[in-house]
Amino acid sequence: MTAPALPRPPALLGRLVPAVVLVVIGLAVVAPWALTGADPLAADPVDALAPPGAGHWLGSDHLGRDVLARVVHGARHSISIGVAATALAVTCGVLLGLAAGLSPKWLDEALARSFDVLSTLPELLLALLVVAITGPGTGSVIFAIAVAQVPNYARVIRAQTFVVRRSGYVEQAVTFGRSRLAITGGHVLPNVLGPIPVLATIGLGQAVIAGSGLSFLGMGPQPPAAEWGAMLSEARNYLRVAWWEALFPGLAITLTVVCLTVAGRRLQRRFEGRTP
Amino acid sequence: MTTYAGPPSVREGLGGSGHRPPPPGPLLAVEDLRVSFGGADVVRGLSLSIAPGECVAIVGESGSGKSVTARTLLGLAGPGSTVRASAFGVSGRDALAFGPADWRRLRGRFAGLVLQDALVSLDPLRTIGAEIAEVLSVHDVVPRARREERVLELLEAVGVPDPAARAGQRPHQLSGGLRQRALIASAIAADPQLIIADEPTTALDVTVQAQILRLLAGRKAAGTALLLISHDLAVVASIADRILVMKDGQIVEEGPAREVLTTPAHDYTNALLAAVPSAASRGTRLTTGAPRTRPTPNPSAQVLAGTALARSYGSRRVVDNVSFTLHEGETLGIVGESGSGKTTLARLALALLDPDSGRISLHQRQWSHLRERARRPLRPRIQLISQNPLDSFDPRHTVGRLVAEPLRLPRARRRARVLDLLDRVGLPPETAARHPRELSGGQRQRVAVARALGPRPDVLVCDEPVSALDVSIQAQVLDLLADLQAEYGTALVFISHDLGVVHHLADRVLVMKDGRVVEEGDVREVFTRPRHPYTRALVASVPRM
Amino acid sequence: MIKRLGAGVAVLWVAATASYVALLLAPGDTIDILIGDGADTPEIRAGIVAEWGLDRPEIVQYLSYLWRLLHGDLGRSYQLQRGVGEILATQVGPTAQLTLAAAATGVALAGVIAVVTAGRGRWLRGAASAAELVSVSVPPFLIGIVLLSVFSFTLGWFPVSGAQGPAALVLPALALGLPIAGVLGQVLRGGLERALEQPFAVTARARGLTERALVTRHALRHALIPAVTLAGWFTGTLLGGAVITEVLFGRPGLGQVAMQAVTGRDMPVVMAVVLLSAAVYVTISTLLDLACRAIDPRIRG
Repeated sequence: MTAPALPRPPALLGRLVPAVVLVVIGLAVVAPWALTGADPLAADPVDALAPPGAGHWLGSDHLGRDVLARVVHGARHSISIGVAATALAVTCGVLLGLAAGLSPKWLDEALARSFDVLSTLPELLLALLVVAITGPGTGSVIFAIAVAQVPNYARVIRAQTFVVRRSGYVEQAVTFGRSRLAITGGHVLPNVLGPIPVLATIGLGQAVIAGSGLSFLGMGPQPPAAEWGAMLSEARNYLRVAWWEALFPGLAITLTVVCLTVAGRRLQRRFEGRTP
Repeated sequence: MTTYAGPPSVREGLGGSGHRPPPPGPLLAVEDLRVSFGGADVVRGLSLSIAPGECVAIVGESGSGKSVTARTLLGLAGPGSTVRASAFGVSGRDALAFGPADWRRLRGRFAGLVLQDALVSLDPLRTIGAEIAEVLSVHDVVPRARREERVLELLEAVGVPDPAARAGQRPHQLSGGLRQRALIASAIAADPQLIIADEPTTALDVTVQAQILRLLAGRKAAGTALLLISHDLAVVASIADRILVMKDGQIVEEGPAREVLTTPAHDYTNALLAAVPSAASRGTRLTTGAPRTRPTPNPSAQVLAGTALARSYGSRRVVDNVSFTLHEGETLGIVGESGSGKTTLARLALALLDPDSGRISLHQRQWSHLRERARRPLRPRIQLISQNPLDSFDPRHTVGRLVAEPLRLPRARRRARVLDLLDRVGLPPETAARHPRELSGGQRQRVAVARALGPRPDVLVCDEPVSALDVSIQAQVLDLLADLQAEYGTALVFISHDLGVVHHLADRVLVMKDGRVVEEGDVREVFTRPRHPYTRALVASVPRM
Repeated sequence: MIKRLGAGVAVLWVAATASYVALLLAPGDTIDILIGDGADTPEIRAGIVAEWGLDRPEIVQYLSYLWRLLHGDLGRSYQLQRGVGEILATQVGPTAQLTLAAAATGVALAGVIAVVTAGRGRWLRGAASAAELVSVSVPPFLIGIVLLSVFSFTLGWFPVSGAQGPAALVLPALALGLPIAGVLGQVLRGGLERALEQPFAVTARARGLTERALVTRHALRHALIPAVTLAGWFTGTLLGGAVITEVLFGRPGLGQVAMQAVTGRDMPVVMAVVLLSAAVYVTISTLLDLACRAIDPRIRG
């Protein structure tokens, strides 16, 4: 017997690094105190704008707060906005997409047109409308991102439902004399819902970007809460003197999204390899 | 993802005795050609020469390496390929020393390439005129001012009517025959000495195939050499001077066409020839040649009948006033070219579609225009085998689960029944745990047959069940269908574009054209003494060995 | 074509209705919302009631709102004491400059990257796809921040903020254009590589075409089709990105107006910006749809 061949270094890198990063980020969301002992909100004017070093591993910000602590605790806000918005968008999108795909033609047409209209409004402008009415805050940001992303999911699910409903295997199931309900439950739903983990993983990355963008504009969690986008917004006034205040939250967002995208694409390849 | 990294390097074979200059005679002379992709050998020591004006055919089944050979001769083996040969002479020059620019000068000018299906082999976004003119401009064949004129001459030469209007059209606006002619026009635009045609008629209807073969024969008569690649011995029979039979990257037999077709020396050639279904193979097993027992149709037991069926899509009548009957143990063949309404008729027979007018009965009881709820209990009586089994399998399911789906059995007995069904179609029990995409085309079609037999149907509707298969696999599946029919007395509706297959298998035949039945009757009667002009044209177009 | 225009008008109508419904559904009295953080006197309230017809039935209010929109009347900002149309008109210029420059940058970069790297060696393609991955994973404002700290603060090549002269346009256009280049480049390259594997590419090579001619004469056109269908995403990224970019670089423009309106809860302005963006979207997607028909004659049928 031969030992299984080790994956080539790039493959190892592509699989291992995203996994480790995503685990660390998950830990930061669930148990930030496990990664840092410092208080993200404790200001210390004397210690302001200290460069990375022994006292503050990633430096301190303009109010003397520990950047590492803020980046770690910021994960909770940034990621949960993304997760909540994606969950909301996927749920509504799947329900609407299935409703359109399985409905009679006139209802399907009406739903499809409404997806079109919804996607006319860029996420950010939709968010402006929402925030203008409800005021800034985490809830507004989640709602705005979710509303903007619903049509994407709904469209994919609708198109997929169409393909599956007209597929050879559904037709074949009809010839076996299976009931409509059995065919929908046994063939249509499983094959339509299959790609959702892939879509949601990639969508989560984009939701994190959108959320940090809205927070950057001051529409998300309000100061002094630590949120990556909001941290960047404050940090841009100190770019000249404290690069670390901007670099690390920026790096955190980028790394999160890169890893989510890589993981999503990997899932996608595996999924596509599975279906002919 | 693969990439195209320019023409592959042609290297001299190791262990060769240095490269000899090719003899001045042949257009093309290759010795010990080897092509591999990432360590996998696709062509393994092939030698080939083509003299001016000669027609050489390479015949083989899928995966034999015949297409790769054709492309390698133009330096187009593709990305990731390694090409070796002990001698590789093209047009009297040594191709082993060719760089990309040398190859480019030869392509189109010395040899033109014709591929299968012009719908994708011509750029779908450009007009056919532009495609043909491109060859003229690359090789500067005629001055720019004369190009347009020359394009029209070429279209005229390949038999495209009204060339001026056609030149401005795109492949999707033309019929299959016309666009294949346009593709040939682009291949001969620079007046090459050699045409390499890779399955040039495979996607075409039989009457159009005959026209294209005549066109190629005409080029040959005019002095152009021809390298014809095909899976079909009959197609090359009428035109080839020499035939090379290829299997697993090697030539297993080579000789003058007549000799190879009539007195084949190699077992494989023999098996290939025997596997072709035709009038002669009727009543025998294709794989062994042994006689088989045919079930005797029971004319008093009518199982399926359609009366004056019509069905339209929009304003187009797809099925028009078609009537048929099918008796127990009988095989009804339905032949026709693409667009003749065969598949719609199959869907009507399966009640996947209701006719606009006319009615269908199953076992003398109403079958069309029923509520689905009332139809469901009857559905197991009539089952479908489609052309592409993979499309008809839920991609998530294993073979075992697929075969079990139509069975109405308690869970405990289901597994035993699945294994029994797999056994009957000649698949080992391990197959049950596998996914269809891991199986070969023939195995997949066996799974489809096993699944269709599960509910013990009285009627099996087979829609082009063997069209996507190689001839040897096709023979196995046809034998299997015949055996099962003999055993169970199932009636078959057998739809095919291939007259040979229908002649081999069917008792009676319907000939369809444009949604209508133009002729029907006993299959031997219809195919040997066709009355309708269309049937006559169809029968005359079938390539013969 | 008429169908296409009809659909565009329908989209605009729904966008107008949606923002109107949002106004009605918003918690609180409609008058309070329209005033927002602006001056609040009985005279102003009376003016709003008259202008929006708030004393009449809701259906009449809605119809008169649509009627005013049809005449190009976007209403009045009660905070700025100016017509909304006038406010937007003064700010359209810089935003148009920014978005056009960014779109041009993005498209040009994507095209060059795709043509140079499609079908080339592993390393070049790997590098390009890594760059694309990063550019879609970095928030647009972060790209801006990095550009600012490198080229303005460290090197001092470009002004930090404002909209004076072409130099001030370079960094904002890059910040907005890079993510577009990333996504578009990826789509174009994928399209090129797929096209180069098609049978017609084999036929074209068999005519003696060089790889470069094959890309420019055949494959590029095929690759443009999936790129053009990204119209919605493209427009959204530009418009949304413009808000962030203008805020980050302190440029005047519609984005700044929108931000101030949101912070000050100036509903008439917010509604007008939403409508304007829908109008821009409809226009661009209609134009790109026409482009798509020109590229792919098969869909004319």
